[in-house]
Amino acid sequence: MSEQPSFTLDGRRIPFRDGQTVMAAALAAGVYIPHLCFNPEFAPHGSCRVCLVKVNGRVQAACTTPAAAGQLVQSEIEELREIRRGILQMLFVEGNHVCPACEKSGACQLQAVAYYVGMLAPHYTHFYPRRSVDASHPEAVIDFNRCILCELCVRASREVDGKNIFAVRGRGINARLVVNTPSGKLGATDFSVGDKAAQVCPTGAILLKHHGYEIPIGQRLYDRKPINVVGDVAQLSESRGGRRHD
Amino acid sequence: MIEPRLKIATCSLAGCFGCHMSLLDLDERLFELADRVELNRSPLTDIKELGECDLGLIEGGVANVENVHVLLEFRARCKILIAMGACALNGGIPAMRNQFTLRECLEESYLRGVGLVNAQIPNDPEIPLLLNQVHPVHEVVKIDYFLPGCPPSADAIWTFVNQLLSGQPIALSYTQIHYD
Repeated sequence: MSEQPSFTLDGRRIPFRDGQTVMAAALAAGVYIPHLCFNPEFAPHGSCRVCLVKVNGRVQAACTTPAAAGQLVQSEIEELREIRRGILQMLFVEGNHVCPACEKSGACQLQAVAYYVGMLAPHYTHFYPRRSVDASHPEAVIDFNRCILCELCVRASREVDGKNIFAVRGRGINARLVVNTPSGKLGATDFSVGDKAAQVCPTGAILLKHHGYEIPIGQRLYDRKPINVVGDVAQLSESRGGRRHD
Repeated sequence: MIEPRLKIATCSLAGCFGCHMSLLDLDERLFELADRVELNRSPLTDIKELGECDLGLIEGGVANVENVHVLLEFRARCKILIAMGACALNGGIPAMRNQFTLRECLEESYLRGVGLVNAQIPNDPEIPLLLNQVHPVHEVVKIDYFLPGCPPSADAIWTFVNQLLSGQPIALSYTQIHYD
């Protein structure tokens, strides 16, 4: 019997199955590579670039790079941490991420990844874009200020819920999340809190109403331990402080 | 020989004084700090004119012309300038008004507010003119160090100040870095 193929990630041997990506194999081996638009339940998107790793010296997204035998992969090196910090800083200044005024704060993947990569301040000039809040739905609210265009809600609604409620319209800096109704309002759709799309948002862009600030500061998901230890909020069940419905 | 104490100045621009309250939360550690530093202009002293200082701690973002003036003065007189707290770092809660025009903000507060009598927008020349938008301090002057938090905890401030005073690189623990 031949040995399972493997690659090396920061000096550690990571076995993989044929067809697995670097990210999927690392995740299966319990090694964290920071990410935002990646969710193991969906096909990789490769858009946020936070999971950049060096594969044989070349910088590539871990979530879209197929694993290959003998690859030398580097992740936790200062050069990449610096790139990741820069990406997080750009995400923060491009939207309006006011952590002290956000119900998701403390259990937010964007914030937790920013902590993980050591982002102290946004560094760049803030855009302060003018974006709206859609509270038309009785059970959920969309705050477009916090959307980072990961398209997880788009994918979840289309692939799991079979509803196709969300889409991204426009290109480049004009790209924005839209709701697929003539009014563009979530209240005009059949969106429900049980939908997968209601559980996957890595930021506070899609929030359930009537559940704000339930957990005191100091006891929230990422207050004591970092995301590489705790895991993604969308992957944790509700009983463990996450959003996943089992 | 007694080493000369470092001179520190602090100010609150468009902030809520929460960061200064957190500074006071150092409690008995303030005695130890007082042995090593001397407070210059600060809301905690009655010194009106900012002197030459080693450290300047800035709380709050830049929302009006007086904030700009104070910030430029701090940059000119402090060797090391530190942005402290969410408002200084990214504008914070006051920057939420950037979603609206200044006119809309003023009209909402002073013309359409609840229970107003003789509603009018204040225009006394002694009131500093508001900027169109609130800005983080690093968009106006060079900042040497950033200390996040809303507010940064007393422990985070203590760790930061100690590392800075002893010439070590700043390395806050995981629980000392938070944005809220």
